Amino acid sequence: MSNKKSKAKRKTRLSLSTLWKQRYLLAMSIPFVIWLIIFKYIPLWGWTMAFQEVKPATFNKPIFQREFVGLANFVKAFKDRLFTQTMINTLGVSIIGIAIGTISAIVFAIMLNEMKFLKFKKVTQTISYLPHFVSWVIIASIAKNVFNDGGVIDTLFKTNFHLMSTNSILIWFVIVFIDIWKEVGWNAIIYLSAMAGIDPGLYEAAEIDGANRLQRIWHITLPGIRPTIIVLLIMSIGGALNVGMERQMLLSNPLVEEHTMVLSWFSYKRGIGNSDYGLGTAIGVFQSAVGITLLLIANKIAGLFGEDRLI
Amino acid sequence: MRKKISAIDIILFLVFVIIIIITLYPFLNVLAISFNDATDTIKNINFIIPRMFTLSNYKYVFKDSNFVMPFVTSVSRTLVGTLIGVFTTSMLAYTLSRKDFVFHKPFTILFVITMYVGGGLIPEYLLIMRTLHLGNNFLVYIIPGMIWVYNMILVRSYIDGLPTALQEAARIDGANDFQIWYKIIMPLCTPVIATIALYYAVGQWNAFMDTYLYAQKLPTLQFKMYEIMNQATMKLDVHGSTNVTTAITPMSIRMAVTVVATLPIVIVYPFLQKYFIGGMTLGSVKD
Repeated sequence: MSNKKSKAKRKTRLSLSTLWKQRYLLAMSIPFVIWLIIFKYIPLWGWTMAFQEVKPATFNKPIFQREFVGLANFVKAFKDRLFTQTMINTLGVSIIGIAIGTISAIVFAIMLNEMKFLKFKKVTQTISYLPHFVSWVIIASIAKNVFNDGGVIDTLFKTNFHLMSTNSILIWFVIVFIDIWKEVGWNAIIYLSAMAGIDPGLYEAAEIDGANRLQRIWHITLPGIRPTIIVLLIMSIGGALNVGMERQMLLSNPLVEEHTMVLSWFSYKRGIGNSDYGLGTAIGVFQSAVGITLLLIANKIAGLFGEDRLI
Repeated sequence: MRKKISAIDIILFLVFVIIIIITLYPFLNVLAISFNDATDTIKNINFIIPRMFTLSNYKYVFKDSNFVMPFVTSVSRTLVGTLIGVFTTSMLAYTLSRKDFVFHKPFTILFVITMYVGGGLIPEYLLIMRTLHLGNNFLVYIIPGMIWVYNMILVRSYIDGLPTALQEAARIDGANDFQIWYKIIMPLCTPVIATIALYYAVGQWNAFMDTYLYAQKLPTLQFKMYEIMNQATMKLDVHGSTNVTTAITPMSIRMAVTVVATLPIVIVYPFLQKYFIGGMTLGSVKD
């Protein structure tokens, strides 16, 4: 077996001759590393702006000549008249989204898994993830037909529900509903592939033992996809504050903006809209910091309950 | 499992029929409105078969010079972005699949980190607009989002699964690493290349935020849609200055544009959906 030998050989030492030998590999990768540093790492370095007073006039100054203000930008953000409501909106829309989104994806995956008419199952599945590939602009345009005053739902029930024009948390549920309508089929795929990994022998054994369908789902299918559920849940809790500005902005309108404003949008509004770069960056940094903390907490809790941890 | 059709199966079947209706109805509704007479639509928008068939909404859209350039921009960014994306992603993926590459580890780590932490909106905006001056430049659609690390990982995992004997044989025959990638690896990677090409193409065609943030003077079809959506009363400049008999409303125009912007996705979708899904399950297994 020369396997071990070739493995030992694989540890290539850094030297001029290996660099020359691998010049093609270097030429094929270094341009992209430079690209990566410019477009992904320089913005990370931009986090320093959160601790500085940066306005359009001072942006071009070298970093050490800008005024360091410590945590003043963060204090300013927390004291902002929009901050509290924005925070409530972000958490509200994302907790509802995670809860209903996860449950509906699992239920949909189980239903697909239980479907016996295979052709029909395939058709349903194909149709269900079509909206995933349609842009948010188009979804928003379609959603306005359905939910606007006098739209499809209003005419169907012959009442005016003001679904998209009531300035309350009703809009959270409308947004979550649209999001689930768009993504449920796609999100179910991952659970379905987890279900495909469950040993069919378990189902046969359960059937012989007289377990009915619901019992088989409860005692075999759900425990079988449990690790997948936990991992996805931890990840979505980590991203709880990262509610995308695109979706919120497109599904919003001036009447309900108070309840659709989320952190990323707020950061844009203050950072670019009001040209207070330092403040805008501080909001973004706050969002990331809380995100990492939430991820670690969720991970810890999963560990306490004896689940496989993500990290 | 034995095929015994019980009551539960019938209920499931009905539930699925409802799900299909809920998913498709809004699309059919849009399609119907786009082919319906605009003044008639206002009366009641809840229909999926045009009541008064007309092509005037589309005629308006295709005549209006406001839509021609965005359409061209959308098509060009999709073509150029996909080509460059596929080329660069697969090339990089090959180098990172080579375990004997001196920088295999550090480069891989550098790329993977960016999947989890990012600079965020404001620093990226300032980099692109103030430092690199890419605002309203076509390059802003291509360069900053050139490589998706997730796609790169997909290709790399796929290459990892290929037999190494072919590469070694080519090397003995005197092929260099670029030739091995181009002549040996690429042809073998067709399925995963198709998958990432679709991801890039859909991403490019659907992109909206980059136009909104960086290039409002270089609008895409998606951005144009957004503009129409936010115009309560649209200025309708009537072409030819002659008597236009059919009225046109922003709503009907919006629906016609919605159809035009969705059509490419719906057309390629049934044929290529296995590739779409391919990436999803491949990504979940590896790494």
